[in-house]
Amino acid sequence: MSVNLSESDQAYLNGEQGPAAASAMRVIVRLAEAMGASELLDVSSAHIDSCLYHGPAVLDFAKWLEDQGGKVKIPTTLNVSSLDLIHPDLYRGDSHWGEQARLLMDSYERMGCKPTWTCAPYQLEERPNFGDQVAWAESNAIVFANSVLGARTHRYGDFIDICAAICGRAPAAGLHLDQNRKGEILFRIKGINESLLDRDVFYPVLGHLVGKCTGSAIPVIQGLPNEVSEDRLKALGAAAASSGSVGMFHAVGITPEAPTLEEAFLGLTPREVIDVTIDKIISARDELSTVSDFKVGAVSLGTPHYSIQEIQKLSQLFDGRSVNPEIKFYVSTGRDVLTEASLRGLVEPLEKAGVIFVTDTCTYITPIIEDVARPVITDSAKWAYYAPGNLGVEVIFAAVEDCVTSAVSGSFSADNSIWMDG
Amino acid sequence: MLFLVAGEARGEVLKLDEPLSFWGGVDPETGEIIDLRHPQSGMSVKGKILMMPFGRGSSSGSSVIAEGIRSGSGPSGIIMMEADEIIALGSIVADEIYGKAMPVVIVGKSEYESFTTGQQVVVSGSGLSLI
Repeated sequence: MSVNLSESDQAYLNGEQGPAAASAMRVIVRLAEAMGASELLDVSSAHIDSCLYHGPAVLDFAKWLEDQGGKVKIPTTLNVSSLDLIHPDLYRGDSHWGEQARLLMDSYERMGCKPTWTCAPYQLEERPNFGDQVAWAESNAIVFANSVLGARTHRYGDFIDICAAICGRAPAAGLHLDQNRKGEILFRIKGINESLLDRDVFYPVLGHLVGKCTGSAIPVIQGLPNEVSEDRLKALGAAAASSGSVGMFHAVGITPEAPTLEEAFLGLTPREVIDVTIDKIISARDELSTVSDFKVGAVSLGTPHYSIQEIQKLSQLFDGRSVNPEIKFYVSTGRDVLTEASLRGLVEPLEKAGVIFVTDTCTYITPIIEDVARPVITDSAKWAYYAPGNLGVEVIFAAVEDCVTSAVSGSFSADNSIWMDG
Repeated sequence: MLFLVAGEARGEVLKLDEPLSFWGGVDPETGEIIDLRHPQSGMSVKGKILMMPFGRGSSSGSSVIAEGIRSGSGPSGIIMMEADEIIALGSIVADEIYGKAMPVVIVGKSEYESFTTGQQVVVSGSGLSLI
């Protein structure tokens, strides 16, 4: 399968824009062939996931581009890395690994990427508009861009993100194209109490269930309240992109490409209909915890990075109380959000209450949590999904309200009444 | 049969019961499956012809694939039923920077179902064959 390249693409490939652009274009064209794309298209921004250190290969790749003179051509933001540059003492990992991670971060900055260091680039001031073609990596950012913003990115992985940023081009395939954005599987919310639908904790659980049942298809969710906050949609999408390979979902009446059920499916019939009942929700919730131990060691919130609104809510939940000295309480967020939260006077009282803010990285991808021998409570389905494998830690998934109550008392407790009669 | 990434490989088949996210699912240094929820958790993908129906999870998977090819702890080839760009990309990049590609092959359902864990398979330009 060959890709029809424009004159400009061909010029890139021939090295007329320099050797780095030629190498980047070669990777794009090879990926385009693998995706069955017939041509490339312009992308107006990029979000880079390749800046997280996983071993020598990722640094070799960045140096390969940088040494050839690689520079980004379009506005480009950076995802989380392995280090917290604002609170460097939080890093408890191997020092050589930390040094290599820093070299990787520096290389991407030198190539012209903005040092945003967040997995939630949609919380930054400048974000894509409806219909914009972009090249975003990081599974939760991809699903948010496609579903909530109505921007268009395929489910990109590491490496291609920086190549697209250098060339301003990406394969015209996958979720970039109308016909690949239609819903395929219908999830109908059935008989679930309105008060549960109005809880933050419902959304990551729903996402976990949807991702597990969806695989790589596009799910359409029907029956949610008319107003669902961006934070809830963020949690839903991040969970679905962890338990499945969801790159986009539609929520009827909520997300921009699904004003009606018919429009979500482009007039076609769903290939499968799944009823989301309270029993399925409860069993999805229970899957997210590995233990129900009462002797917890830490709480970790902010996967994906906490927003201003979430930090505000946290501050209300603490209501002057403090974290028990036996517990560490981590909140991961972007440095821009932390700055804004600080200006609003939210940070200092929370820090006094014992909250440890983590920026530029996240507690499940790098060694930050002091005690991984005791279970960690989280409000994030994504954290609950990945942390046991990454950190070897036991996890308890809970509502943020329960996270705070447990952290204050020093032992895990949850308000199970919210799950009762549906 | 279609090569998502061309290359040659041979090895023992490990057919996964569920799709696996390489990032968070495989230790890039040892090749061990570390996703505790995965039914084949604890097994190793090192040197295997890995079979999974489709991809799943984090876009950092490309980096783990490339690192596995560099260090030799990754699979020697991957057979799938649906194309997955995250996996393909890891192999394309390893080919570009190290000159080492891991073949990624897409097959139809009946061919996919014809292989089982433990068989010795050769991946070559002409297709898949049992030894």
